[in-house]
Amino acid sequence: MPLPVPRPFQRPARGATRHVEVGGVRVPYELVVDPWPDPYLDLDAYDPDADLMPINWGPQHPSTHGVLRVKLFMDGEVCVKAVPYLGYLHRGVEKLCEKLSYAQVTPIVDKNDYVSPMMNELAINMAFEKLLGVEPPPRAQVIRTIFAEMQRVASHLLWLGTWAMDAGGALGGGATLFMYCFREREMILDLFEEVTGARFHYNTHTVGGNRHDLPGGWEEKAIRVLDHIESRLPEYEDFLRDNDIFLVRTRGVGRLDPLLAMEIGVSGPSLRASGVDHDRRRDAPYAAYDRVEVKVPVRDAGDALARYEVRMDEMRESIRIARELLQDVPAGPITALKPVKMPKAIKVATGRSAYVGIESPRGELGTFVIAQNERKTAHLPYRLKIRPPSFHAMALLPYLAPGATLSDIVVIAGSLDPILGEVDR
Amino acid sequence: MSAAMVLDNPWLRGLVIGGGVLGVVLGIVAYAIWFERKFTGLMHQRPGPNVVGWAGLLQPIADVLKLFQKDDRLPAAVDRPLFVLAPVLMLAATMMALAVVPWGWGVVVADLHIGVLFALSITSLAAIPIWMAGWASNNKYALLGGMRAAAQAISYEVPLLLSVTVPVVLAGSFRLGDIVAAQAGGRWFALWPPGPGFFAFVLFYLSSLAEANRIPFDIPEAESELVGGITTEYGGMKFALFYLGEYLHTVVASAIASAAFLGGSDMGPLGDGLHWMLLKTLLLTASVIFVRWSWLRLRADQLMALCWTVFVPGGLVLVMASALWVHLT
Repeated sequence: MPLPVPRPFQRPARGATRHVEVGGVRVPYELVVDPWPDPYLDLDAYDPDADLMPINWGPQHPSTHGVLRVKLFMDGEVCVKAVPYLGYLHRGVEKLCEKLSYAQVTPIVDKNDYVSPMMNELAINMAFEKLLGVEPPPRAQVIRTIFAEMQRVASHLLWLGTWAMDAGGALGGGATLFMYCFREREMILDLFEEVTGARFHYNTHTVGGNRHDLPGGWEEKAIRVLDHIESRLPEYEDFLRDNDIFLVRTRGVGRLDPLLAMEIGVSGPSLRASGVDHDRRRDAPYAAYDRVEVKVPVRDAGDALARYEVRMDEMRESIRIARELLQDVPAGPITALKPVKMPKAIKVATGRSAYVGIESPRGELGTFVIAQNERKTAHLPYRLKIRPPSFHAMALLPYLAPGATLSDIVVIAGSLDPILGEVDR
Repeated sequence: MSAAMVLDNPWLRGLVIGGGVLGVVLGIVAYAIWFERKFTGLMHQRPGPNVVGWAGLLQPIADVLKLFQKDDRLPAAVDRPLFVLAPVLMLAATMMALAVVPWGWGVVVADLHIGVLFALSITSLAAIPIWMAGWASNNKYALLGGMRAAAQAISYEVPLLLSVTVPVVLAGSFRLGDIVAAQAGGRWFALWPPGPGFFAFVLFYLSSLAEANRIPFDIPEAESELVGGITTEYGGMKFALFYLGEYLHTVVASAIASAAFLGGSDMGPLGDGLHWMLLKTLLLTASVIFVRWSWLRLRADQLMALCWTVFVPGGLVLVMASALWVHLT
């Protein structure tokens, strides 16, 4: 029995303009489809003779970006129904965090979105700060924002390389771009290593500030690296945007209805590529985003090419924001709450709860935390829920895959930029 | 027994020249793989193979030794005879095409009077072993790869044949030796007559990429979609034979393109000889490698659309244009 799909957004009437307003959100009219593909297609009725070929796409497959498993029912090369199976990378992070004190949680959540660990740390510590009522000092806020923007560039670079491999093969042009992207990403990791001592799982954010201060001359070095990366971006554009094969592989592939995307809770570049102008950095500024102007790139095409363009523009924008902040890092302490003071501060939080969402490279990365009611166990969170943007993007696959060929599904899944570490947690 | 006696006896001649050509070409293939890895390293700004021998020059030999040592396992559910036979047939089909390639004056295993047709038909036979491999593997990815390969090979036969008809019409012979002789003195068909020859060369080059399953037309293998396509279930030496076949196909197609469009062993005022033919073949092979590492892959339906809407009508126009040229001159 197919489950009913809730639809609070009704298809709008065609107006004179290309954009229409639905539920207070301005969306491009051309992208609105009706009805949405049925993800709960009854295969017994559709295919009584069982002629469809089921393919288990993953969990061991070169282009599932980890251990995603999707059961595809294929009619020849064309997919009829897709059912994602999650949980191959489930590590019980949320439950684990209930046994760790607030200061101990940071290195655990580093491993969630393993492509942008800085974002995990930022999201979780901002939630704790809101819970405890602590405000990090301005220097820590600016350093966090710089790290976040540099991490966004690094994350998008990794996405670009791996996605090109999806479209062009690990043994072809895609691998060439992959190497170029990793060359630049390496520079950002080197910078992070210089500050935190770690290349990947930094453990640098803490409740009420940062653990590591910037070493002398780091700002100038970072600006040089960002300038270098910006000068290299046209090289990737030459490689992909001016390549006809790339255009025919991505244009019109995986068109995403903005209403469907909002329904499922998709955020970030995938949503902005469908014409919805939404970015938490600008709409609900956190850290030091109120000090800079954040321009949000938006595209109306809604296909894989638009998602690529949005991410490329975002990289340029992130480089600009980071450079602007790097030129004027305020002096002062980097933490508002010394670890010694933690037990005292935690007592305040009993019975409270807090939600904080930040704009990670994949969309809204939220943390919902509830403090203990009993003072005896006040150093542990009662419940900690992480809202990963990739999880919601993966929920799109059953809608986008039907009607697409296997080659297109690879490109579509890659363009949504899933990180299975945060999908399964 | 003198050298002349050897060359006069067709059996001995085939054996000696055939063995020599095969040895040299297999060496070229082995070092084409070394060159590809080194060249890719250059493109990627990484060293490439550099451990075995100077600049990794002994790497192909080490790789072959490693592949020979591998356990020759058969997956449980495969169709055994077809599974074992497919890589051997694939390699054999491409090797046989080497027989008609004129490397230089007299250096040809068998200069058949239908040389061009023989080369094209025998290399297109490779589609059958690929389909055999896809079916016998009893694997869904291999099956999809085999289906794609069959469709692709059959479709791209047509533009390939049409493009190679242009030099045949211009030279008035199917014999590759005659086609090379007609281009003597720098009148290469890729340059003269202006127009049809050059476009036919481009068409032949692109169709050969598709026939040899090279990027951007390597959809039967498509490792990012079909894991390994037809080669998913293969390992060890059987896998190596597929790759040898693919590279050999590239070298053979480059050699035929050099002979049919680039004057073969002729180098205009610089004289002619075996070395020019080898140089052209190697340059064309290198360009195939460059294309592979700088382009993405087309989708299967786009590949078919390109063939039937662009290549086939274009090939027909080129054949008519060359026939008109021959009629007018």
